[in-house]
Amino acid sequence: MSETPYTTEMLLDLYHQMALVREFELRAINERRAGLIPGFIHSCVGQEATAVGACAALASDDVITSTHRGHGHLIAKGGEPRYMMAELAARTTGYCGGKGGSLHMTDFSLGILGANGIVAGGIPIATGAALAFQQKREPRVALAFFGDGATNEGAFHEALNLAGLWKLPAIFFCENNLYGEGTPQDKQAAVTDLAVRAEGYAMPGVTVDGNDVLAVYEATKTAADRARRGDGPTLIVAKTYRQRGHYEGDPMVYRSRAEMDDWKQHDPVPDFRVRLLAEFGVSESEITGVEGRVQAALDEAVAFAAASPKPEPETALAGVYADTHDGLVF
Amino acid sequence: MRTMTYSQAIYETMREEMARDPNVVLIGEDVGAFGGVWGVSGDLVTLYGEDRVRDTPISETAIVGAGLGAAMVGLRPIIEIMFGDFMPVAGDQLVNQVAKARYMSGGKAKIPLTIRVTTGAPGSAAAQHSQSPEGWFMNVPGLKVAVPATAADAMGLLRTAIRGEDPVLFFEHKMLYAVQGEVPDDADHATPFGEAVVRREGRDLTLVAIGGMLPMAMQAAQTLAGEGIEVEVVDPRTLVPLDKETILASVRKTSRLIIAHEAHKRLGPGAEIAAMVAEEGIGSLDGPIMRVAARNVPLPYSPDLERFVLPQVEDIVEAARGLVGYRL
Repeated sequence: MSETPYTTEMLLDLYHQMALVREFELRAINERRAGLIPGFIHSCVGQEATAVGACAALASDDVITSTHRGHGHLIAKGGEPRYMMAELAARTTGYCGGKGGSLHMTDFSLGILGANGIVAGGIPIATGAALAFQQKREPRVALAFFGDGATNEGAFHEALNLAGLWKLPAIFFCENNLYGEGTPQDKQAAVTDLAVRAEGYAMPGVTVDGNDVLAVYEATKTAADRARRGDGPTLIVAKTYRQRGHYEGDPMVYRSRAEMDDWKQHDPVPDFRVRLLAEFGVSESEITGVEGRVQAALDEAVAFAAASPKPEPETALAGVYADTHDGLVF
Repeated sequence: MRTMTYSQAIYETMREEMARDPNVVLIGEDVGAFGGVWGVSGDLVTLYGEDRVRDTPISETAIVGAGLGAAMVGLRPIIEIMFGDFMPVAGDQLVNQVAKARYMSGGKAKIPLTIRVTTGAPGSAAAQHSQSPEGWFMNVPGLKVAVPATAADAMGLLRTAIRGEDPVLFFEHKMLYAVQGEVPDDADHATPFGEAVVRREGRDLTLVAIGGMLPMAMQAAQTLAGEGIEVEVVDPRTLVPLDKETILASVRKTSRLIIAHEAHKRLGPGAEIAAMVAEEGIGSLDGPIMRVAARNVPLPYSPDLERFVLPQVEDIVEAARGLVGYRL
């Protein structure tokens, strides 16, 4: 057993969240097939360590912006599976009352400024939150999650320039899963190492093993400390792999079975389980206890979603504006 | 009452609101030391510092997105986009992010974001610096669209936008900046959205004049009065929300409707107003609904060509004569 700065409680908590993300995705995929969930799903199976490791390094009043592949980010930032599942099922009890769905889940009280249906759409928003924190002299950090594909969008470059210029307390967290939708990274980006893009914006560019939750945690913690000190933003590129398609139903003709099988040998959830037992001396019974809680929480989440009411059609007109003009058709 | 220009009214409002609330900030290209490319922000950076009056890179996407993110966590940003023509550069942030953030969140988000943007042709600025994009954004639910035509409304509508909880596109017409007008002394003078105002009463014809067209509409009404045609000029002040009732009430009185705007005629704001009156007030009409608007070509550089393309006072006068003389 190695020397470790991590308590068993923290390690089990990380494992709990990773297992929760994995199981949430698998259940959501099943429930979509079963008809409970009407919309499409971009699952983050295989990317649990990035979401969980990064959010573990944030404080509860720090904020994140997420992506179309955002279920893991939300859970890791404190999102409750029952309200998430209810949102996927388009029920009134969901995070957005059934108006947002998978792509737009939001909970401001948890610092989740929104998943996003537009690639790179959340990056300028997180930058603006960081600007507000700096302006108000609040020791808070804004973290933008995005994929490798987003680093080819103009919004990424404009936002990083702004953050670098103003030394904003922001973390730009790239989950490099090697594919932007159905096209591999080497056919999208002019550079091989995406972290070098940080140089152009006067911030550190850090590459980390995105399937190692502790490595992700450490890199994000360093970036968050730096941001809170007033030293400015960091670009983190976490290398990981999207085990499933861009969306559920993606025929995945653009990559080989061998490649996918190979990456399943580096699966962050079982890998961390093995490490907990072998490296950190966590007991099998502690782990199975966590796994039991995960199963129970998702049984409850699915049942909660299925039992929740669907919205009345005319409620579609509410929620556009914050004042008395809301609900009026004009 | 005080007299000041439309531009000063906007400046005064920003100055007062920044003094009143430390969360109000101004962010945009050249808003600081330059004082705004149209001179509107003046010495605000001297008064409130570079932190609160923040010059940005030429990055419209980042500016709008940063305004949105800052609004989500407690600031009340005023964003300036130098020309309305540049709004498509920030298209995703405006249309997919700012406009929809509240609705997508199930009505939880408050987005107190004011986006000041210039509109209209300042003369030989050609196709990428002269457009009137108000109508583009009327088609995007979630945004409010203000089109002040006087100094008092520039002040009153801007104050409502800054103190409100929704994103507002605040269109400042370039040719109105230097126009003087009376503004109330009340430091809390705020003009509610969705309340049109009748600028001139008349029995023969309703003329809805949007933004920069108001002075031309008043001039046309004066000319027509000399011919015995009494024009009622309605200034909607905001296009979203739109005060349908004031427009419909005027049409019930006059039985005739002309809509004048500088935006292109095809699917400009007048198309929506015409359709609304056709749906809800056609029984009152004694003739076709007319639109006096820019011809459907990009704005040309040559003063002669530009004048031909843009709506003029005489275009309103001619349309009014034709409509009053119209027989079913």
